[in-house]
Amino acid sequence: MKTICKTISYVGLLATVLPSILVLCGVMQLDTHKTIMWIGMVLWFVTAPVWMKK
Amino acid sequence: MAKELAMNASEAVDTGTDTGEYERESVPKSRLLGFRSFLGMYAGEHAAGTEFMIGPLFVTYGVSAFDVLVGLLLGNLMAVLSWRFLCAPIAVRVRQTLYYQLERICGKHLVSLYNLANGLMFCFLAGAMVSVSATAVGIPFHMTMPGLGDWLPNSIGWIVAVIGVGAVISIVAALGYDAVARFANIASPWMVLVFLACGLAVLPQLGVHSLKDFWPVANKVVWTGVPIAGQAKYGFWHVFCFAWFCNLAMHVGMSDLSIFRFAKKTKYAYASAAGMYVGHYMAWISAALLYAHQLMLDPTNTAVAPGPMAVSIVGFAGAVCVIVAGWTTANPTIYRAGLAFQIIFKKWSRFRVTILAGTLATIGAIFPALVMKLLDFVSIYGLILMPMGTVIFIDFWVLPKLGMKSFYAEVSGININWAAGAAWILTLLICLFLALQAGVQKFFLFIPAWFIAAVIYMIGSRMIQKNS
Repeated sequence: MKTICKTISYVGLLATVLPSILVLCGVMQLDTHKTIMWIGMVLWFVTAPVWMKK
Repeated sequence: MAKELAMNASEAVDTGTDTGEYERESVPKSRLLGFRSFLGMYAGEHAAGTEFMIGPLFVTYGVSAFDVLVGLLLGNLMAVLSWRFLCAPIAVRVRQTLYYQLERICGKHLVSLYNLANGLMFCFLAGAMVSVSATAVGIPFHMTMPGLGDWLPNSIGWIVAVIGVGAVISIVAALGYDAVARFANIASPWMVLVFLACGLAVLPQLGVHSLKDFWPVANKVVWTGVPIAGQAKYGFWHVFCFAWFCNLAMHVGMSDLSIFRFAKKTKYAYASAAGMYVGHYMAWISAALLYAHQLMLDPTNTAVAPGPMAVSIVGFAGAVCVIVAGWTTANPTIYRAGLAFQIIFKKWSRFRVTILAGTLATIGAIFPALVMKLLDFVSIYGLILMPMGTVIFIDFWVLPKLGMKSFYAEVSGININWAAGAAWILTLLICLFLALQAGVQKFFLFIPAWFIAAVIYMIGSRMIQKNS
């Protein structure tokens, strides 16, 4: 379970920063970038508390 | 982990209680921490709500691209070296908290005064973070953001937003500090990436489509060298000094003795570079780019409002980041301020003093000047607390070489070391004179202030130790 959550968390972090790189490269629109960042935020905050140490 | 240990310990010394975290003794070897503990802590702690303000404020003061990119690079390097060569050597040798060391040097009464000053500064710093969060909370209500030159609140909406945010932060800090502290640890990696995302995604909007576009855009669009109307003109040395002395209270002021006393080696202080170059370089530059984009869209909109700036580029995640960044840093700041006030209100409960601190922070936050003049406030904050760091440095390294005793208050049983008190108060009075009469700008007062405090403390120590 922790491994799954950790994987999803890292996907969330990737979804937080990768879209901005794609925007910078002209590959992604800003609105899409905002949506993916929102999803990445949810993925991170839902799963990170499960495995992150105190 | 190092941050929690240090905070718990420093908090306990403030109130005289003992939580078993070596508040009044040296940290044993078995409890020392590795380099990675400090790396994560510094990287997370310095990506805070205030970073959203400081970057844009440099733009308003008309700094150039060179001033920022090189000034911050070198100024942050000096900050790291200050931690490494001033703070850490004493921390690793003595392995005691700042407060306990100060008590041994200065006496209990003088440390109480220091705690009070520290507590008040913490309140206003927390207030700045409440303001930052309020700019995001106000977005769905189409709240009018305060202007760059506003000293007084500009709308009822602003007052309501600040009071609401301040009340929630204060009550949660009083009731659920540990929960928010854990949440802050979870939020840190995400927040750092949001700062980075803001900076990267806004570049095409500013006209940067390739690497070669960056420097012309940086000079002509972002850091134009022309201050916003009503703002002073700052240059390289302002940026350099601000970056160096932004955390003056922590390195030269020795507050991070409480952290590095857990370090196995002095060189672990280089971990502070993670905080400086993530928070005080990348985050400041990203925030400045956001502000430049705002000005590009509407040159008349000069308000520095982190909420709308972040939302315009990263959407809802940006609003959450601004709220979380302000909240997670205001939480421990209000808590520490409350503990400092317990020195005066000894019979008050932890809950009550935290609410008092939160109330003061919220009242401060109502006045936009607190955030719009944040660069000035941070400079004054560091200057007020720095002289005691000088006292610690001289007491440890110099007094024994001059044939005098270190930790004189402990040795002689006094409650006020007048030499330390004089070094602190007279230094501040001299700095006030230099600022008001001689026109020395506050960013440049720190270096002479350090030497003034050092000389006064040495002379004062000679006088009191000779008499006794």
